[in-house]
Amino acid sequence: MSDVAARPAPNLFAKGWVKTGLILVAIVAAAILGAQFDDSGTLYKVFIDPFQQMVQAPDLLAQTIWEGLVSGVLYALIALGFVLIFKASGVFNFAQGIMVVFAALTLVGLYEKGVPAFLAVILTLGVMFALAVTIERVVLRPLVNQPDIILFMATFGITYFLIGFGEALFGGNPKQMIADQLWLPKGAIDLKLFGGLVSLQKIDIAAAVIASIMIAALAAFFQYTRIGRALRAVADSHKAALSVGISLNQIWVIVWFTAGIVALITGIMWGARSDVSFALEIVALKALPVLILGGFTSIPGAIVGGLIIGIGEKMGEFYWGPLIGGGIESWLAYFIALGFLLFRPQGLFGDKIIERI
Amino acid sequence: MFYREAGQFKSTYSADMAVFPLRQDRIGIAVILALAFIGVPLIGNDFFISSVMIPFLVFSLAAIGLNILTGYTGLISLGTAAFMGVGAYAAYKLTTAFPGINIIVLVLVSGLFSAAIGVLFGLPSLRIKGFYLAVATLAAQFFLQWAFVRVPWLFNYNASGAIEVPQRTLFGLPITGASASPETRYFVCLVLVVGLTWFASNLVHGKLGRSWMAVRDMDIAAELMGIKLLNAKLTAFAVSSFYAGVAGAMMIFFWYGGGEAADVFNIRLSFNILFMVIIGGLGSLIGSFFGAAFIASLPTILKFGLPALGVPLSGAAAEHVTFMLVGALIITFLIVEPHGLARLWQIGKQKLRTWPFPY
Amino acid sequence: MNVETMNVTGEPLHRDKGDVLLSVDNISLRFGGVKAISDVSFDIRKGEVRAIIGPNGAGKTSMLNCINGFYHPQEGQITYKGVRRAKVKPHQAAADGIARTFQNVALFKGMSTLDNIMTGRTLKMHRSFFWQALRHGPAMTEEIEHRKVVEDIIDFLQIQHIRKLPVGKLPYGLQKRVELGRALAMEPELLLLDEPMAGMNLEEKEDMCRFILDVNNQFGTTIALIEHDMGVVMDLSDRVVVLEYGRKIADGTPDEVKANQKVIDAYLGVAH
Repeated sequence: MSDVAARPAPNLFAKGWVKTGLILVAIVAAAILGAQFDDSGTLYKVFIDPFQQMVQAPDLLAQTIWEGLVSGVLYALIALGFVLIFKASGVFNFAQGIMVVFAALTLVGLYEKGVPAFLAVILTLGVMFALAVTIERVVLRPLVNQPDIILFMATFGITYFLIGFGEALFGGNPKQMIADQLWLPKGAIDLKLFGGLVSLQKIDIAAAVIASIMIAALAAFFQYTRIGRALRAVADSHKAALSVGISLNQIWVIVWFTAGIVALITGIMWGARSDVSFALEIVALKALPVLILGGFTSIPGAIVGGLIIGIGEKMGEFYWGPLIGGGIESWLAYFIALGFLLFRPQGLFGDKIIERI
Repeated sequence: MFYREAGQFKSTYSADMAVFPLRQDRIGIAVILALAFIGVPLIGNDFFISSVMIPFLVFSLAAIGLNILTGYTGLISLGTAAFMGVGAYAAYKLTTAFPGINIIVLVLVSGLFSAAIGVLFGLPSLRIKGFYLAVATLAAQFFLQWAFVRVPWLFNYNASGAIEVPQRTLFGLPITGASASPETRYFVCLVLVVGLTWFASNLVHGKLGRSWMAVRDMDIAAELMGIKLLNAKLTAFAVSSFYAGVAGAMMIFFWYGGGEAADVFNIRLSFNILFMVIIGGLGSLIGSFFGAAFIASLPTILKFGLPALGVPLSGAAAEHVTFMLVGALIITFLIVEPHGLARLWQIGKQKLRTWPFPY
Repeated sequence: MNVETMNVTGEPLHRDKGDVLLSVDNISLRFGGVKAISDVSFDIRKGEVRAIIGPNGAGKTSMLNCINGFYHPQEGQITYKGVRRAKVKPHQAAADGIARTFQNVALFKGMSTLDNIMTGRTLKMHRSFFWQALRHGPAMTEEIEHRKVVEDIIDFLQIQHIRKLPVGKLPYGLQKRVELGRALAMEPELLLLDEPMAGMNLEEKEDMCRFILDVNNQFGTTIALIEHDMGVVMDLSDRVVVLEYGRKIADGTPDEVKANQKVIDAYLGVAH
């Protein structure tokens, strides 16, 4: 009995040791760095100088936020494709990024072959539909009821296949998006703001508008159509949906096609800002931290998450990046997401997970 | 007919618990080891040894590392290449700081650095599960890759920004650097890989391995068995990153011999190693070797094999075809046998056991 | 609390029961707005078989989850071996000698029967990482020593023939047996069994009953079990606690509980 009675003491210690340790580290760090709050000290550069810059040059701040917002919209669009597929088929679709590239490449490739721009868009949609059908037939149907990780890996396979296929068809060189031919606006609007100039690219404004319209359309589609209801049913439970006569295969084709449409629009917007190349594949990975923030199943989450990541990353790079050598955009998004995750493992909009046994 | 366990009775628990309980398996492994140690250096030419066998060994070790994490403990990682990079840079820093210490010792020690970094990035695994964790490991991948370029201390402020592998010797024989012969480098790799595989096999068959698999299969029940989830997951991260780190150090020191290391340890490599583990078989050490052999040899086979068959293929096209083939093969494998080559191997052995009278 | 609880101090019937091993005092557990358990108290004595019964959704499994630290009740306290338990983690509960089985079998599906039961010995194995990596000397001796214990359990449960098969492919009844074996390998003082006989046929149930009684008699293990089969409950248990909608409605010997009007109402329904 006596040795058991002694347990609570180490217990309490064990529970608090992480916090105690962190507090100790913080105190020591503060003591060491406390002296550094003068103009050249590290803490000054990290905690004071960036904010002073923001206040002193609000136009630069506005420009940075705007640029963050725009890249955030594009991250959100890629994340949206992920969410659609994850909700409906439970597949964590790693290939969404490459689908964006593939759609954009197909569009540009068709135009280069002499197809008129808008016809090329329609044909590309046809290609995306064919892709959705193929993926459903060749990948999803044979793999139904496999564990999630297997399906996840299968989308890796799709990614690699599409990379090889796309490069073989269209070549690996970066291409110019046919923005003019699709009547997308060019140039910039210069706003006089806070005593400086904030330059807004018209294409960015168009991207934001088109993204909003598309999201609204998707929401309406989910909410008010028969197929939308079936989609939500499938998202909730495959088995239950099957038992009331919903065809899973049909739903999967529709969802992957929808994700394909989203991919094409993302590809056009992204391509118009830079160019169409396979470098986008790595950028598309940024949609993953967005998903972590927003939760894998929430469309509003994907949008808000995208904006937070976009703005956070641009501001981090602009104001804090130079302190450690710059280029931190490549990983900052993941760390923002990780930070959030430690406090809210279920994402911004997810429900608290109650584990049952 | 020849592959039967009939007549082999185990009279002690230790005999029953052996990794290869069947006599035929033990003979098989002896033959393979003999081939690897004697046959390959005798028969293989320099090209075969340095562009096929050494990469195969390096990838096998990395795949074993990832398999411990993903296959045995069920934690997906997309940051293997970064942990390999940590090993490579640590080995470089160590050997330039302590040129007197044997490079093989330093390669192993650099694995410890990688293990430490792995544990650091493994910490979120207690709160984050599944795909969320995969994203956390992406943070490691991109952050470390960034550090390899932006922290000049790591490459000793070289103007080229690259690791320059110095010459190091073992018993007076150069084993790294330009003058090391492929055979010596191969032997060093082989000894390291065989030894570390033996360790890994011991670990996964013992208490630690059972704890890992318990966490993978049903973490709640594992915790109620008294397994501390954090400990199990962090040891998996540590051991896995150790293997990755040693593989990375081997990659730079015995295979590449320097070069733009930051470029090598990119996310593509992480994915490739993941494919090796999946195609080889999750939770199987022998599968790691199968997967490594398959993925590592595929580009070479396509590049040299297809022209030999009379199919003209330029370098670029070969690369595209490789991508498509790898993608298609991954999907095919997942459909045909989600448990990978290791399971096919098992089925084959089972068939052989009843051959030629399966009924 | 608006429901009156009936506190019957059940006297030991056919076996000599010792002190209170675990006592649950006024615990309440909520998930958001849903109350899973409200203000329940009872105790478990050393060496007894204690049944927790009640209709579906009565909070029985939640109660076991509270006892072994998987859930932490918002109110009330749990005292185990005379020590009040603060927020205990499941692995600490395991270290204190509480083992359990699950309603939906929670075996390690990718592992063999032998390995599953061996995991139950985890807490009793202490060889360091480096010996394990060598798998010789002390680590091997330890492994063999525990293998012997596990083989005894395998003999006891008569599952020798499935020793090396992966448990994922075993029939349900055998899986339940392996799960019991895994819990027994921990040599627990308190064994929590969550519907050990669910989904079994008569023969399997009889086997399982015998195992439970043998464990109780031979090793003196205290057992708390949840079960829906009333016949089994009445035969096996020394005392029974009845829950309904998260509240305790009766507590006492099987005979007392059987005669209790509230219990009869809960099971058969009341005309309003």
